[in-house]
Amino acid sequence: MAQAVSPSKGMTFGEMGSALAFAALALLSIIIAAKAYTPGYAFHAYLFAAASVAAVFTIVNRYYERPLEPPPLTIGGKPNYNMGPVKFATIASVFWGIAGFTIGLLIALQLAFPALNFDTAWLSFGRMRPLHTSAVIFAFGGNVLIASSFYVVQRTCRARMVGDIAPWFVVLGYNFFIVIAGTGYLLGITQGKEYAEPEWYADLFLTIVWVTYFLVFLGTVMRRKEPHIYVANWFYLAFILTIAVLHLGNNAAIPVSIFSPKSYIVWSGVQDALVQWWYGHNAVGFFLTAGFLAIMYYFIPKRAERPVYSYRLSIIHFWSLIFMYIWAGPHHLHYTALPDWAQTLGMVFSVMLWMPSWGGMINGLMTLSGAWDKLRTDPVLRLMVVSVAFYGMATFEGPLMSVKAVNSLSHYTDWTIGHVHAGALGWVAYISFGAIYCLVPWLWNKKELYSMKAVSWHFWISTLGIVLYISSMWVAGILQGLMWRAYTSLGFLEYSFIETVEAMNPFYVIRALGGAFFVAGSLIMAWNVWKTISVGEAVEEAPQAMQPVLVAAE
Amino acid sequence: MPAAYKFFAEFAQTWGLLYFLAVFLAVLIYALAPSRKDRFDAASRMPLQED
Amino acid sequence: MSFWSRHKIFETNSIILIIGVLIVISIGGLVEIVPLFYLKSTIEKVEGVRPYTPLEMAGRNIYVREGCYNCHSQMIRPLRDEVERYGHYSLAAESMYDRPFQWGSKRTGPDLARLGNKYSDDWHKDHLKDPRAVVPGSIMPSYPWLENTELDAASIAQELKVQATLGVPYSDEMLKHAESDIRIQANADDPNTVDLAKRYPKAQSRTFDGNPQKVTEADALIAYLQMLGTQVDFKLYDNKANVR
Repeated sequence: MAQAVSPSKGMTFGEMGSALAFAALALLSIIIAAKAYTPGYAFHAYLFAAASVAAVFTIVNRYYERPLEPPPLTIGGKPNYNMGPVKFATIASVFWGIAGFTIGLLIALQLAFPALNFDTAWLSFGRMRPLHTSAVIFAFGGNVLIASSFYVVQRTCRARMVGDIAPWFVVLGYNFFIVIAGTGYLLGITQGKEYAEPEWYADLFLTIVWVTYFLVFLGTVMRRKEPHIYVANWFYLAFILTIAVLHLGNNAAIPVSIFSPKSYIVWSGVQDALVQWWYGHNAVGFFLTAGFLAIMYYFIPKRAERPVYSYRLSIIHFWSLIFMYIWAGPHHLHYTALPDWAQTLGMVFSVMLWMPSWGGMINGLMTLSGAWDKLRTDPVLRLMVVSVAFYGMATFEGPLMSVKAVNSLSHYTDWTIGHVHAGALGWVAYISFGAIYCLVPWLWNKKELYSMKAVSWHFWISTLGIVLYISSMWVAGILQGLMWRAYTSLGFLEYSFIETVEAMNPFYVIRALGGAFFVAGSLIMAWNVWKTISVGEAVEEAPQAMQPVLVAAE
Repeated sequence: MPAAYKFFAEFAQTWGLLYFLAVFLAVLIYALAPSRKDRFDAASRMPLQED
Repeated sequence: MSFWSRHKIFETNSIILIIGVLIVISIGGLVEIVPLFYLKSTIEKVEGVRPYTPLEMAGRNIYVREGCYNCHSQMIRPLRDEVERYGHYSLAAESMYDRPFQWGSKRTGPDLARLGNKYSDDWHKDHLKDPRAVVPGSIMPSYPWLENTELDAASIAQELKVQATLGVPYSDEMLKHAESDIRIQANADDPNTVDLAKRYPKAQSRTFDGNPQKVTEADALIAYLQMLGTQVDFKLYDNKANVR
């Protein structure tokens, strides 16, 4: 195609700069690979080198293929949205969702049947569990958040996303980070901090991706045609910003050498514990709550075709939620060596957090007032409404468990695991499924999903799975907590630890069954998404005219 | 107990809470002021507008 | 310009919104975290707490690598049943050299904060190789590769040095002997064990995995497990000195 390029066509600053940056990264990676202390690290360095070379090639190739002018911001007075990266992240979220749920099923089975560890290092529970948590939180959830935020910010600002290469760098770079993090766990490369396991070089790369994400999002907000910034974007912005702060704070580490994957965290002991749970709790608050509340505030009104119940409530919800969450972290450290006053402060704020959480829930649910009949006919809306109900349940249970007396029983048991999954499966995954089911027809210009019946099946199968999961974990957790503190009439501890482990077995089997149902539901979704994109009925009217332009712009 | 720790701990337990209350009141006033009702109503319809 | 119209910039100006969010989230975090850096029990030493020996450090890194913290806590709470089951509740100072901390959040297996010297080396070796051979109802994965894998400690001196720059009191002498200390500690017959015990009081030197031919990952991990929670002598520990 080179001969087709007109002589006046030149590389933009972004194209030139990013191509050079990737070339430099490729060179650096090859040097590191050659001198790496461990084979695992060398493997990662080669992955970085290969990805960088591919990036340079893609950027240069794209330059020769593209028309002279950059894609226009508007076409016929309408914004020319950039939906390519959104499409990629949507598909990626379906893929990572299935991967993450399946690994979750495997580790659930490992706890019931330890032979499934296969005496193999990379398959053992200790390495698979971080893979599961990262795959569902950061890979599945993260891609849903990136896809939906890029979609919502463009639509509510009526402006094309800022940047040409940058949005693609965010999406592809983020998914590359996931690959590095995930393969790292299997190779035993980990910081050993829950939900922040990736080592220093992966963290560094993620920082660059995340700052780019922030700038693209902010730039698009600033380019908006509307005077007001819609509240969903407030939540997205708070999520992106706070995650950046948390990520930097919790991953402040010094590498042993640039040629070693190992690093040591600058915090130690008690301080490390508090910084970790300040991070860990707010990862829940800002990644898994604020981000997904943004989805709620856009997709539920959009799907129900009515404005949010109370916009004022959403503003109070926003400020009180982000304010209170940040204080609640110490409830993860009740009765530990953390000072008492910090524990109490954490507890008080956790209990108060109940109010804004329920304010948000009411706001989401009441959006449907006057349109409740839609729940019968639209299974997608039903998914999202049930997710908000689960949000209410999990945010009621959370403050309860942060009360010190309750926590002394529930902490360290499977009750916590059940609580987390009420939030993760019921709230985060369901609102994500709802967003994916909305986005796919919108993005690929289809009238509707391929099969609404399949959505219904997905809903019922996974709801059954969630019920099995959380009820078995409640019973298991409370039973184990009570067994640990049970005394005989003579004043001796009644059960040895191993007896409490053996008592868990039936519940672990039920839990795994629930997980299997959930995986089955997600497979139905994948089939439905694939069918919608490949053979779904296209929208005939106006947006059709825009379609070729959109494709060319990618 | 060192003075610095005592200072910071007490600061957290008094001014921290007062600060929280002040922020919360400011948010309430901001969100509930009648003068902003129309603007918020318009904003709440933003997702529903098609282009 | 009225008071209310000034407020409008808040909802229409994204930079103001960002600054507002940053202020709101940073103060809450700072107020809680900053005081801890002035906390007595993490700065002042409780008698007996010392940095990890190179072999224990290598073992700890294996503990981290295999993700043991996913199922085992290292934090005994001051509750009657926990103290009776596991021993004296954990002190902040006992994890003052832990990078990262490994308090954990889940007890699929028991707490390990005071595991040291509770079981024999042989027990640990057999248990790591096949947990169900020793504890029939156990659901712990087997780690048979540990006793067959030679310990790679080529960078141990560098690793200690990084921690020294972060404030862990590793002396120049400790750093100089880091690599040889690994071999010394894994061999009870080594004449230099006396020097090792001088550098690291109460360091236990022996062939932890029963195989004197080579220093394996099992050696390092068992050395670490056998020292957990053994540093502070609670017969001498003054409870009131560390009120938090």
